[in-house]
Amino acid sequence: MSQPKNQENYAIQVQGLTKKFGSFTAVDNISFSVKRGETFAFLGPNGAGKTTTIKMLTTLLRPTSGTMLVNGYDPINDQDAVRRSFGIVFQDPSLDDELTVYENMEFHGVLYKVPDKILKQRIEELLNFVELLDRKNDLVKHFSGGMKRRLEIARGLLHTPKVLFLDEPTIGLDPQTRNHIWKYLKDLNSTEDITVLFTTHYMDEAERVADSVAIIDHGRIITGGSPAELKKTTNTNSLEEAFLSLTGKKIREEEAGSIDQMRMNRRMWSR
Amino acid sequence: MIRTIYILWLRQIKRYLRSRSRLVGSLGQPLLFLVALGYGFGPVFQKAGQGNYLEFLAPGVIAMSILFTAIFSGIEIIWDKQFGFLKETLVAPVSRFNIMIGRTLGGATVATLQGIIVFFISIAAGFRPANLTLLPVALLIMMLTALLFTAMGTAIASLLEDMQGFQMVMNFLVMPIFFLSGALFPLEGLPGAIDIVASLNPLTYGVDGLRGALTGQIHIGFFNDFAVLFAVTALFMVIGSYLFSKIEI
Repeated sequence: MSQPKNQENYAIQVQGLTKKFGSFTAVDNISFSVKRGETFAFLGPNGAGKTTTIKMLTTLLRPTSGTMLVNGYDPINDQDAVRRSFGIVFQDPSLDDELTVYENMEFHGVLYKVPDKILKQRIEELLNFVELLDRKNDLVKHFSGGMKRRLEIARGLLHTPKVLFLDEPTIGLDPQTRNHIWKYLKDLNSTEDITVLFTTHYMDEAERVADSVAIIDHGRIITGGSPAELKKTTNTNSLEEAFLSLTGKKIREEEAGSIDQMRMNRRMWSR
Repeated sequence: MIRTIYILWLRQIKRYLRSRSRLVGSLGQPLLFLVALGYGFGPVFQKAGQGNYLEFLAPGVIAMSILFTAIFSGIEIIWDKQFGFLKETLVAPVSRFNIMIGRTLGGATVATLQGIIVFFISIAAGFRPANLTLLPVALLIMMLTALLFTAMGTAIASLLEDMQGFQMVMNFLVMPIFFLSGALFPLEGLPGAIDIVASLNPLTYGVDGLRGALTGQIHIGFFNDFAVLFAVTALFMVIGSYLFSKIEI
């Protein structure tokens, strides 16, 4: 991993970042940086610390120690500047099911103070981009998982962020939808020069899409580089094999916290 | 800032108007209370020399529906906290205080609307307000009560991690608040312990003021009712905002 030299060239810089919950260290002294315009994959087994890192970068959690810069701003001391700089698609759906597609977008636009004059046009452009424009007055609760994801991506882009965080954006989606979503993100990357940081369990996706990856396990970054470099150093043919050789084949036991239980309840409750 | 509060308020209203099953379901309970208790205990109440029970009960049932709706819309934050919307609002470049205010005003508006609907239901059940000029006072008390308990719900929801705790809150907090508030029975001549609990219960003052405005029977007095409601609402707004600002997800 290269050390940050000139912050102008980096969308994200992280130095010695640590997060402890009581005696448990979720993220243990990690450092990495993401160049502007890059698509960066954060890979690791369950409970490795990926989501915790994203939460710290996006101002939802305060780190125990370490420094971060997102788009040149500090998520601890300059929260609002950071918040305006990124868009995010969370692991769990974060749309309001009782609102329509348009209302979800409008809500976001108002919170991010997108000027009224351009809001409507921008919403329509983005809905068109994710192919949901003809559904704009439908309630979100009738949507499939893939449609919700596409809407969340459009929403995350509404305030023209410099950095887009995607926490397992394609989890639970069929291959067609996954393909679609990566197509949008690739298009975006080339047209709007946006930096993308994503996590995934699908190694083939990371191999196909990412310019560079970091592999995190037990809260530490084990290695990083382009997919080709990782395959070379581990002497393997695919990123999946490289990943397994680096993180081992043991299945991770992640304790089901209350969040997982609620996730199950929610599945049972919704049709 | 105003637009942020407005859009959060509007969201609560839209959600309320769209969930018809919730709307209809939440009206069943007050109706049952009015019919079963109002007509059921009516004769006993009359014989005890206390007058018309339905007239006594209706303000209590209006206060009940405000209490339940308000607490519930505060508690909804737990749901939003892990799934969905709260995360979306918490990463936006707006202050937590504004988010809390917008949500609370929205929840309180919904609870007040619910109270107004129950007011009309009780009229259909035979209730008649004694003095129409005091209706604005009744509305003001309903709004304050709604605000108070939405803020209380927000404070509780900020502390709870999941919905498992909700049942406990209902049984050990919300139900006692309702039953020991004078909504169902007069507060005169109660055993000492219940009297003390009732006087510490903020809903007691909401029910008393509402009953005073709607029927003319008042036990504590408007001045004290308003003073307590204002003070406790302000207190819970402060506590709610503080706890809400500390939420980590």
